[in-house]
Amino acid sequence: MEYIIIIIGAVFVNNIVLAQFLGICPYLGVSAKVSTSVGMSGAVMFVMTLATLVTFLIFNYILIPLNIEYLQTISYILVVASLVQMVEIILKKVSPALYQALGIFLPLIVTNCAILGVTILAVREDFGFNLLESVVFAIGNALGFALTIVLFAGIREHLDLVDVPKGMRGAPAALVVAGILALAFMGFANLV
Amino acid sequence: MGQLQNFTKGFVKENPVFVLLLGLCPALGVTTSAFNGLGMGLATTFVLVSSNIVVSLIKDLIPAKVRIPSFIVVIASFVTITQLVMEAYMPALFDSLGLFIPLIVVNCLVMGRAEAFASKNDTWSAIVDGLGMGLGFAFALTLLGGLREILGAGEFFGMTIFPGDGMLVFVLAPGAFIGLGYLVALNNIVKKKLEKTA
Repeated sequence: MEYIIIIIGAVFVNNIVLAQFLGICPYLGVSAKVSTSVGMSGAVMFVMTLATLVTFLIFNYILIPLNIEYLQTISYILVVASLVQMVEIILKKVSPALYQALGIFLPLIVTNCAILGVTILAVREDFGFNLLESVVFAIGNALGFALTIVLFAGIREHLDLVDVPKGMRGAPAALVVAGILALAFMGFANLV
Repeated sequence: MGQLQNFTKGFVKENPVFVLLLGLCPALGVTTSAFNGLGMGLATTFVLVSSNIVVSLIKDLIPAKVRIPSFIVVIASFVTITQLVMEAYMPALFDSLGLFIPLIVVNCLVMGRAEAFASKNDTWSAIVDGLGMGLGFAFALTLLGGLREILGAGEFFGMTIFPGDGMLVFVLAPGAFIGLGYLVALNNIVKKKLEKTA
């Protein structure tokens, strides 16, 4: 039950994109088509879950015992960057089909602040997550990312057909649409 | 390009937020008030200028293959410095910016300038570029923060402008997206006007 609450909280109530403003760059950058947004969501889910698992262990079993929590930012970004690199190499070898699907999105993920943000949030003291809970938290956030980016891409495909005022074309119109989506997601507030 | 142009390009023509659409996460996340926007903008400027200086100094020492990880370590070190200094001397601002301070590391703006500019230019140009881009970022964040604060709470830098309750939605998440959308549109129009007169 607790895990379900974590997932619902992460997907709907504190949605990573629309409520916490993480991962806006890929959200606007790769949401022009539904198919690319699905690929991006897959890559994010994969890396986010793995990165949270690894950084949780590093934080609790290396940084805290050695009393060097202030190195959190540096060590996390290195973990995320090398993890992405490693995943890329392994995928290329083991599953060329999956690599084809996720390939171009993987390097982009290093600078996706959603990944670093979730790994930092997952070890926050006020949440007090254990290992399994933080992994579930990561999966929930990845699902939330997937839901919003696919929804958004669906809307943007239709937006191309609409007569938008000249100055608002492109990014401004997309941002206003994102705002309206965020407004809709506010309806989930206080759900859990 | 003259140094003056190098400095001013970050404000309208190549504004990181309005034109390049870089660093949008903090731009949307912390701009509930003009003060928060300014604080975040200045913190990013500090990291940007410092990392630009270091990157331009060490650009000949690091092999091309490992340059991205090296840049990341340089940036992350300055972010950690900012984080510790802010926690010690500005705890209130530190609390309201929260998660977005460590996330300066993954602000594409900082990495982008290190890779696209500082690694190819001399230190002096890199400082000017960092200052211009950073202050352009701070300008954009303050503008968005001010807009949201005025419309949402009727205040500007904490001073009351309109008494009574504002439109709460502008302080909440949707207002950030909508406010930024209109500011980007406005910047597009201003940019076109400037190009016509030039």
